[in-house]
Formats: sequence, structure tokens, C-alpha cells
Amino acid sequence: MKCRSCRAPAVIDVRRHNAGFCHACFVRHCREQVQRSIKAFDMIRPGERVLVAVSGGKDSLALWDILLDTGIATDGLYLGLGIGEYSDESGRYARAYAARRGARLVEVDLPATFGYDIPTGSAAARRAPCSACGLSKRHLFNQAGLEGGYDVVATGHNLDDEAAVLFGNVLRWDLAYLGRQYPVLPAGEGFVRKIKPLVRLSERETAAYCVLQGIDYIVDECPMSAGNRHLGYKEALNEIEARSPGSKAAFYFGFLDRVAPMVAGVAEEERQALHECPGCGAPTVSDVCAFCKLVERAGGHL
Amino acid sequence: MRVLLRNPTRQLDLPGPIAVSVLLERLEVNRESVLVIVDGTLVTGDTSLDDTATVEVRPVISGGAQ
Repeated sequence: MKCRSCRAPAVIDVRRHNAGFCHACFVRHCREQVQRSIKAFDMIRPGERVLVAVSGGKDSLALWDILLDTGIATDGLYLGLGIGEYSDESGRYARAYAARRGARLVEVDLPATFGYDIPTGSAAARRAPCSACGLSKRHLFNQAGLEGGYDVVATGHNLDDEAAVLFGNVLRWDLAYLGRQYPVLPAGEGFVRKIKPLVRLSERETAAYCVLQGIDYIVDECPMSAGNRHLGYKEALNEIEARSPGSKAAFYFGFLDRVAPMVAGVAEEERQALHECPGCGAPTVSDVCAFCKLVERAGGHL
Repeated sequence: MRVLLRNPTRQLDLPGPIAVSVLLERLEVNRESVLVIVDGTLVTGDTSLDDTATVEVRPVISGGAQ
């Protein structure tokens, strides 16, 4: 197979684009896809400070690498989740990358700061581990962004992540979640802007980017995610993608173009109902925010 | 050739030559969900793998919390 751009031998085939790429052209392709998302969704404006949530996995490290190479001022944020050796190893990858690039990595340790880790905290709070993890991440990414004076928090959600979430939201016709599913969530009272610049890249592409660029990342899957619903959705979508390349992108971008504008009002109604959590000051629609409830139930179980 | 697989981690010894796409079909692995790496280098589906190759089939699906 030849590179679509320069006809050199290809190192990766991307069937969605009906194309192969050599190393150099593939890296350029990834950067172009990220820049295209940033521009199309007005994700980052000139001079803004960006905090990249870095897990030590392929997506967040690829994102950080591309943003740094694009000349965007970024720091990294690593959240220690206390998932045993998995967290120890993922932290090592995040720190090693930051050291290699001479970039600043902010660290927040969940057990040391809030008195729970994901395995024991989720059990104590009677939540699924991925639910407790996602809730903790969303809250702490936002908090770190606000406290650090950043304009934007960027996460490594890719096309597969977004298509799988969309698939789940559509299966349940969850209009509130559909209304919030967009590559940019605007800043507001108590919220920093959140962006997903990798939505035009599949996770196979972000993994290939890391391999080609010599970025070491944690390859093993989180031990807490076995049987996770989203992984099942991804497998189902990949079955469709294998038969009909481009289906995931058509599904997700078709939603953004044609359906998201129709459900945006649901999210706006929700935003109008937000008020400050009496515990932490974060915006919430409940008496106490979900993170404070989690800390109350899970904290102190270590 | 030696084939390294994950989830669970295991090794298989298979005869070559064989194209990457055919190898993945035989392993019943969806090509959208893996990268194939030979001697640290990515290879495309039409690459022929010889009998002495050491081949890593690396899964790329990750996720849980959203």
C-alpha cells in the first residue's frame, strides 16, 4: 500500500478515508484533523491557556503532543485514581512524557486529597467503578481548570468514544445527555470551557500516532472497566465499521450537523436550573452536587 | 512466526507467509480494533508476514469512564 499523499510505502491504512499514510504524512494528517476541530468548533482562541487532562493513555498523550507541536500553551493534569498498579504505571507514563517534553504536569491525588480511591470508593458509594471514576474526573478537571486560571480544559475523547456515548444515549433516547453531547461545552458560572479536539480521529489513529512518534503509553486496559457498557458499544460499532468503513464518523458527525441543534435547548434549560453546591461551590441542579455526595459516602474508606 | 496477543496476554506460533489482513481474520480479530506491529514498526493489512516475524497484535479500544 502506498501513502495517499506522497506515494511512499504506507505504515497505516485508514479505511474510513480509503487511504494509506506514510509516517510523516500520517502525523500531518493527525495534526490537521485536530486543527480542523479546533477551528470548526472555536475550541481555543489565541493566547488562551489550556489544561490537558492526561491519563498516561494513548489518547491524552497524543492530544498533548499535538497541541504542544501546534504551539498552543498547555499544561498537563494527571489525576491519581488509586487503582493499584494500573494507576502507578499510568502515572509513570504521564510523568515520563512531561519530562521528555519539558512540560508542566499538575497532579491531583484522589486518595490523598479526598480519602477514597476508585475501587473502594465506588463500592462504598454503591456506584459502578466507571461511574464513580467519570464523576470524579469531570468534577476535578473542572476544579483544577478554574483554580489554575486556565481558559480551557481539553480531554482526549476520540471519535470512538463519542460515537459510543452517542450510541448509548440514542438507545435510551436520553435527551438531556444528547443535548450536552458536543465537542465544546462553553464556559459559564462555575464552569471552565471543555473541549474534545480528537473527535475527528479514531482511537486506532491515536494509538498509531503514539507508536509512530515513540510516545510510550499504558497499553493495558483499566482493570475496573471489564464489562463496561461503553466497551460493548464500541465493539458493536466496530463490527459495523468493519463492514461499512466510515459509519462511525457518519453517525457522529451526522448527529452534530442535523440533530444536536434540535436538542441543544434541553441542555440550555438544564443550565438555567443550576445553582451553587453548598459543599464545594460547583454548579449543580440538586441540593448537594453529585461529587460531594460521592465524597461523603466514599471518603474515609481507605 | 510468533504472534503476541493481549487481553489476555498470550503467544501463538503460526506458519508464514501470511498477509496481515488474513492473519487477523484467522484470529477472528476486528481490524478496526487493533494495530499490527512488527519489530516496532506499524504494518498495513496487505503486508506479508514471513515465517520468522514477531508480530504484536495490539488492541486500541479503551475506555470506561466518560
